[in-house]
Amino acid sequence: MSKIIASAAIRGARKIFTDAQQTYKAALEKYGPDQEIGFPNTAYYLPIIYSMTGIAVSRMKDMEKVLDLCGRLIPPPVREITPLPYLAPALDSGMATFFAEEMIEAVRYLEEPDRYAADSEDLGDSKLWLGAANDVIFRKRGVEFVDGTAPGFAAIVGAAPDAATAAKIALELQEKNLYVFMCGENSGVRFSDQLREAGVQIGWPTRLVPFGPDIYQAVFAIGFACRVAMAFGGVRPGDFRRNLIYNKDRTYAFVLALGDVTDEWYANAAGAINWGFPTIADTPIPEVLPTGICTYEHVVSNIPHDQIVQKAVEIRGLKVQVAKVPIPVSYGPAFEGERVRGEDIYLEMGGGRTVAVELTISKNMEEVEDGRIDVIGPDVSDIAAGSRLHFAMVAHVAGRNFQEDFEPILERQNHHLINQAQGVMHIGQRDIAWIRVSRQAVDKGFTLKDIGRIIHAKYHQDFGAIFDKVEVKIYTDEAKVREVLDTARASYARRDARIEGMTDESVETFYSCILCQSFAPNHVCVISPERTGLCGAYNWLDCRAAYEISPEGPNQPIQKGIVIDERYGQFRGCNEYIRKASRQKVENVSLYSLMVDPMTTCGCCECIAAILPMCNAIMTVDRDFTNMTPCGMKFTSLAGSVGGGAQVPGFLGHSKYNITQKKFLSGDGGLLRIAWMPKRLKDEIYERLKKRGEELGYPDLPDMIADETVAKTEDEVLEYITQKGHPCLTMEDLLS
Amino acid sequence: MADGKEKSVDRASVEMIDKAERENISTVFSRADELKPCPIGVEESCCKVCSMGPCRLPRSKKGEQKQRAGVCGATIDTVVARNFARKIAAGSASHSDHAREVARTFLMAARGQTPDFSIKDETKLFQVALDFGINIEKRDVKEIAIELGEKALNEFGKQEGELIFAGKAPLRRQELWKKHGVMPRGIDREIVEVMHRTHMGVDQDYRHILEQATRAALADGWGGSMISTDLQDIMFGTPVPVLGSINLGVLKEDHVNIVVHGHEPLLPEMLVIASRDPALKELAEKTGAKGINLAGMCCSANEVLMRHGIPCAGNFLQQELALITGAVELMTVDVQCQMQGLANVAECFHTKLISTSDRAKIEGAEHIEFHPEKGLDIAKRILRMAIENYPNRKNPVHIPSEKQDMIAGFSHETITYLLGGLFRASYRPLNDNIANGRVRGVAGVVGCNNVRTQHDAAHLAMIKELIKNDVLVLSTGCSAMACGKAGLLTPEAAQLYAGSGLAEVCEAIGIPPVLHMGACVDNSRILIAATAMVKEGGLGEDLSDLPVAGAAPEWMSEKALAIGQYFVASGVFTVFGTTWPTLGSENVTRHLFEEYEDMYKGMWAFEADPIKAAHLMIAHIDKKRKALGIDKARDRVLYDMAMRRAME
Repeated sequence: MSKIIASAAIRGARKIFTDAQQTYKAALEKYGPDQEIGFPNTAYYLPIIYSMTGIAVSRMKDMEKVLDLCGRLIPPPVREITPLPYLAPALDSGMATFFAEEMIEAVRYLEEPDRYAADSEDLGDSKLWLGAANDVIFRKRGVEFVDGTAPGFAAIVGAAPDAATAAKIALELQEKNLYVFMCGENSGVRFSDQLREAGVQIGWPTRLVPFGPDIYQAVFAIGFACRVAMAFGGVRPGDFRRNLIYNKDRTYAFVLALGDVTDEWYANAAGAINWGFPTIADTPIPEVLPTGICTYEHVVSNIPHDQIVQKAVEIRGLKVQVAKVPIPVSYGPAFEGERVRGEDIYLEMGGGRTVAVELTISKNMEEVEDGRIDVIGPDVSDIAAGSRLHFAMVAHVAGRNFQEDFEPILERQNHHLINQAQGVMHIGQRDIAWIRVSRQAVDKGFTLKDIGRIIHAKYHQDFGAIFDKVEVKIYTDEAKVREVLDTARASYARRDARIEGMTDESVETFYSCILCQSFAPNHVCVISPERTGLCGAYNWLDCRAAYEISPEGPNQPIQKGIVIDERYGQFRGCNEYIRKASRQKVENVSLYSLMVDPMTTCGCCECIAAILPMCNAIMTVDRDFTNMTPCGMKFTSLAGSVGGGAQVPGFLGHSKYNITQKKFLSGDGGLLRIAWMPKRLKDEIYERLKKRGEELGYPDLPDMIADETVAKTEDEVLEYITQKGHPCLTMEDLLS
Repeated sequence: MADGKEKSVDRASVEMIDKAERENISTVFSRADELKPCPIGVEESCCKVCSMGPCRLPRSKKGEQKQRAGVCGATIDTVVARNFARKIAAGSASHSDHAREVARTFLMAARGQTPDFSIKDETKLFQVALDFGINIEKRDVKEIAIELGEKALNEFGKQEGELIFAGKAPLRRQELWKKHGVMPRGIDREIVEVMHRTHMGVDQDYRHILEQATRAALADGWGGSMISTDLQDIMFGTPVPVLGSINLGVLKEDHVNIVVHGHEPLLPEMLVIASRDPALKELAEKTGAKGINLAGMCCSANEVLMRHGIPCAGNFLQQELALITGAVELMTVDVQCQMQGLANVAECFHTKLISTSDRAKIEGAEHIEFHPEKGLDIAKRILRMAIENYPNRKNPVHIPSEKQDMIAGFSHETITYLLGGLFRASYRPLNDNIANGRVRGVAGVVGCNNVRTQHDAAHLAMIKELIKNDVLVLSTGCSAMACGKAGLLTPEAAQLYAGSGLAEVCEAIGIPPVLHMGACVDNSRILIAATAMVKEGGLGEDLSDLPVAGAAPEWMSEKALAIGQYFVASGVFTVFGTTWPTLGSENVTRHLFEEYEDMYKGMWAFEADPIKAAHLMIAHIDKKRKALGIDKARDRVLYDMAMRRAME
């Protein structure tokens, strides 16, 4: 830390601390010491304070001790001549700055409840700022950090010299799959305003997140990182050292300081260094190049705007694999969440109004010409803006290593592969696909042939190991489309039948998934045909394909070996694997039980099941349900207790699909143990739930399972299921 | 005739040497001119261990075949090794006896028997208690402290097992000590055994004699000295960076000046408290003084500087010069490095010389014995004497204007903090910057002044050369004070003297290129810092793998040899200047300078030219860098998700 930076950071910290003291004093007088306070819908209180100190600020008076701590962390100003060492005090001051800002923001939520878009990923029409991510948004987005879809984030403070430069920087960051968290202003101008001015869609879906108008909202970015460590890394609140080093090693974040760096900015930048997040500035401020707290340099300055993103990524030590797709628009996961709406729509296909169908199917080597893309029927140049077309896309794949089982795996990728093109929206799959192409994309030269190019390029990039050739045919001619539809439906039916018939007993090999170990170092998923991955993204076939593609990758075959316990699903091979892969943190694992050696979760699980002891039953809740559940915990608290690779009997992370698989909790009584789930989840899986109920002899099972419309507490669940005669009531005692 | 400028590079000292000369006052400088070193003694080739001698065994003349031997047949190798071992025993004894006094006081304090001493640093208490294997869970601080005091005191006289602190060394090092049979046991035992083995007709194999010398030295570095530092930290607070000032200019003409000289911090701590007593201040004002000015001398100075920022009047060779200002009302001395000549100089002025330790009296000095249980009372009594002496100044006072600000207080604990703050404290940034070459290595430059070489000159020349070559210097004792006077203990010195890599790191952290780590007994802090570097990872598995070196360019005391020996046996290449006490025996010298490299991966060297000595150290550092594979620039590693998954 140069003396100038440290001096400024300490001054800035002092100012922000003073502001926090005054804010607290005024709020205390106005609301009293017992006023509830905090960020909305989170189990992590004020997350920086909570994660660093373990102090759960939930009432006004709780801030008192945090303020005391801040006072102790901020030293006297740095002497001009013969100063005492200043790096450490400046870092401490930076930490105190974040504590102070979190408290100021907490009071602000109280004072101005409408300042930020509440519980939304989008700004809507009336809001400019998103504020702190609630736990639903945090988990959904955090998962992307964990699985590598997003390697980190850029915290942008201030504003670029003009809107065009801002848009360019944002685009470059999006292309590197990074989230962009924005706050602060430079001479009254804000980066997020500049993006709006340049017509860029902002919000969580496009990874361009305007947290707030001034520097204080930097805490929402840092708080996000702190929560990642707690939710996915299993770091306990108050274990500051592990949290900080976890983030240094795993969350690839950095600060881009655009514009005049004020004392307050320096204070925040000093704070961020504690997490290993360096600052890269566009102004000629002093630099701090020696390494040690961050992975590489700590402060680098005077970087031109056209180099700033590349430089930042290098300084942070991040290797980004950028997809090279030969299309005229930008491409990457950051564009997946972007919407194409109303006036912006140039072409729409599917979505109920026209047919849209996708099929990936294997052929013999000689029948496929790699890279050939045909569009049969009208393309964008043949239609007027705002038109609709029918759509059928057939990808013919061939290769020595290709297996029929891989067809649906590749086909299922179509959705996100196509959706990652800027200005193109893709929803659904198979015969319920729905595509919109925007005017902006067409203006840049995008045609239907580019969809084929995406498929060709990305299939090769991501799955090159399992096939050699791919040829794409896109039909927009209705008769031809309908012809494909019939063929496709026959294929879908064949595939479904094959998958349905697969059982854990029918295979000797299960697969592991340790994709999330980048963030949850002790967590290991074991995926069998009848137990899909808890994140909902990986089934047994996916893992098999992934292993073929990348034999050294995160999905490894596990020879299941001798059955140790048939009921709970314990296999010697799985236990041996899990001990090693969890770095000796987990000894044994049951595939079919939440009571005995349940599988761990990284925190990315779609649902969490928990016992309801009074009901002799189990409930499950998906992560979109934010209210209290009958077990007395919200999803986020449940995730807090089981996330991060901890084995907690009585709780289990699982996928939505898994609920209706035959082995779901079979050791504990199976699906018939489920006495409660959120209404929306029940509706979503209704058909399969009903079918599975019928198989089990309870055609009314969906109705027997309580939801929040009929029962909010365990007592109410008991009353409801008793009335319905739910089978769990007569089952073996769950706790015995 | 002593010419000040030839004697010292420190202007304040030059001024006072010349003043002494003019006023015909005998000082160490004039006496050195009058008395040349004994040519036999300087090579340690005289044996006096029995009354059949003394036997002088000067080196064989050129071409002479005859091997000289003492009347008992002892070879020159045996004689030199015995003399060397006894010096080390004396040095170890000094630190360890100091430590014993600290441990005794600590135990009294823990038991509540000394109202003026208490436990100041509980965190360090718990840490050290854990090192001693003491259970700290759900126990009262007092209980823990008592157990620690008892266990620490037991280290001195224990008859079985090994020293507990030796277990703090890297495992590889401990294995090596065991292999060579030098793992230290009881502190006193090792010193006694040296005395026994060097008695007439006992151990007469120079390598074997030196094994025991090594064990006695390790019992100092990883025993007495370490215990002393740790317990002092617990009682008086672990040092944190503090602004201080140094040189004779800290004495104040219009104040009652008290100089606290010696080594043990017990009385000085009390004097610091007492000097802030308003009643005494009032008393001083009544005598016409503006206040009380407490200043340190030698390692007592370092102790109170590190913990309280009390100004330092100077280092070893300035003890008499401070009195020559005529401005010192009273000087206290306790143990070690206080010259008997002080009594004579004090007599020339109004200065009262007070001896305070039950182990050390000086003829001509008044004795007021320090007892910890009455610590503050005694300190006040001494201060009152000083105040009452203020009106007795006879000659015109002459205080040199030289006074330099400096930053001190770099304990091992504080360095950890300084490198990462409260939340990310670790040695990682230091190791990282060593690995990337900004910092080439670390040197411990310590030790005394020696009147046979120009005062402070060798320290400063060597240290400036080291920092110019990007070597971070850790310093203690009189060496650190020399640096302080020359302005090397300021952050600004990095820009003036350090190479660009080191300067950049210093600027980042806000530290001087030379870190003042305390008194000579605090060299144990350097051992612990080096161990922390090993444990942080990336720089090898033993102290000897680190790119570090040690030196004492102006050494003179037996303590310095003990320190050097425990550094060498801990794996650190160590260069001494001025003179070397084994030159009488080629075999002993070869053993220490060459064979030790195989045995301990650290060895001695002697080089009187401080610049050449610095380059020996740098060459050694480079050799270690090469062995670690950090001698070449390395590419930046960029991390993808798979690499992140592979992390523990």
